[in-house]
Amino acid sequence: MIAIIDYGVGNLFSLTCSLTAIGAEAAAVTSPEAVRSASKIILPGVGAFGDAAALLRKNGMDKLIIQAVESGTPLLGICLGMQLLFDYSLEYGRHEGLGLIHGSIQPIQNVIPPDCKVPHIGWNALQFPAGRPVSPLFQYISEGDFVYFVHSFSGMDCGESVIATSEYGVPLTAAVARENVFGVQFHPEKSGEVGLRILKAFCAL
Amino acid sequence: MITKRIIPCLDVRDGRVVKGVNFLGLSDVSSPVKLAKFYSSSGADELVFYDITASAEGRALFTDILTEVAATVFIPLTVGGGINSTEDFDRVLKCGADKVSVNSGALRDPSLILQAAKKYGNQCVVLSVDAKRVGGNFHVFAKGGREDTGQDVIEWVRRGVKNGAGEIVLNSIDTDGVKNGFDLEMLHAVCGAVDVPVIASGGAGCAAHFKELFHTLPKVDAGLAASIFHFGEVSIPELKQELAADGIRMRLLPQNDDFTQERETCHA
Repeated sequence: MIAIIDYGVGNLFSLTCSLTAIGAEAAAVTSPEAVRSASKIILPGVGAFGDAAALLRKNGMDKLIIQAVESGTPLLGICLGMQLLFDYSLEYGRHEGLGLIHGSIQPIQNVIPPDCKVPHIGWNALQFPAGRPVSPLFQYISEGDFVYFVHSFSGMDCGESVIATSEYGVPLTAAVARENVFGVQFHPEKSGEVGLRILKAFCAL
Repeated sequence: MITKRIIPCLDVRDGRVVKGVNFLGLSDVSSPVKLAKFYSSSGADELVFYDITASAEGRALFTDILTEVAATVFIPLTVGGGINSTEDFDRVLKCGADKVSVNSGALRDPSLILQAAKKYGNQCVVLSVDAKRVGGNFHVFAKGGREDTGQDVIEWVRRGVKNGAGEIVLNSIDTDGVKNGFDLEMLHAVCGAVDVPVIASGGAGCAAHFKELFHTLPKVDAGLAASIFHFGEVSIPELKQELAADGIRMRLLPQNDDFTQERETCHA
């Protein structure tokens, strides 16, 4: 069973449906037992980093997720869920994350050219870092395939963990990984077939 | 870089797509679910559903349909029609909508944009504007384009974006249905006034009109149309191929469809 962490941030309907569509057994969960017994964990999220991090801590989900990761359970963070994996974020002040991916979350405004609009909304192509093996998360897709983004903040100073970028005047972090921890800035549940293939690859880990 | 988006728009009344839809190979052309699947597999970048139902029963049918669409189609869904309060936002977001488009509701109560943006984020709030030339100015029209509000379009979109609208859909009443091309003059004025994505609507009659739109106004993010897609006058895969060949950034679907076929077989 894939546990989708339901901590009161965002709507899990599309994500649950997309996992069902690829034949995965997944459910939104709120209880510690469900997280402990999960074969894989997905951490979703939309909204502000500070609020979401506080909600995760409030019900002890942060520690449960870290324990599960340490025991080898694969984890996938999506959008704000990916950002929460980082050490900290600078969205409206400094907020600590889970520290599973080293680096920080910062406004894309600071790095993109002035003619690029904020947020970064729409379909963008994935580029894989040169000279490194392609992440197993992308085993069913190709470099250049398009995924759907909606975000104003992005993972930075995380060079070693980057497994995909997308060009928006500059390369933005599109996906990260460290051992059994994965994170995608885009929405695989809204990225058509390409997104479903990425979810399928996570399920196959 | 992000691609320009091609967006088909479906009007739904009592849970069925209205305006004759004419596709070969589709057994039920007024089923929103079948059409949504068809467009998604044709490479549509997003879908817009407008609920034009007036009754409460129709509303309930619409949300049932929306739930079914969101459970089977995994691209962004925008919903509009009858959105007058944050409760209405809630109602459609729970059924799987990603963005909610407000038009008359925001004209009646301009604070709706701010309330919704605070609650759901700017990316969720789309301001849809019906606009028409009146005495050398662009005016906002209400009630499906029947009533001149006297409100200046540029002031209205600026105010909307300031309150948190994350995207603007500009429907030109002057070019709508004429099939002579998008309203480039009006779009140019709006693109110059706001820095959020602008979606052009009204006037597309052929692929060349989309080319003209994206070449003339690089700041326009997307082109929206209804009947030319529904009647098969313009096919989305051909349109996107043509635009891509003309140097416009387009999302083209992966060529290898084994995975899709395998999945559809599993769920047949």
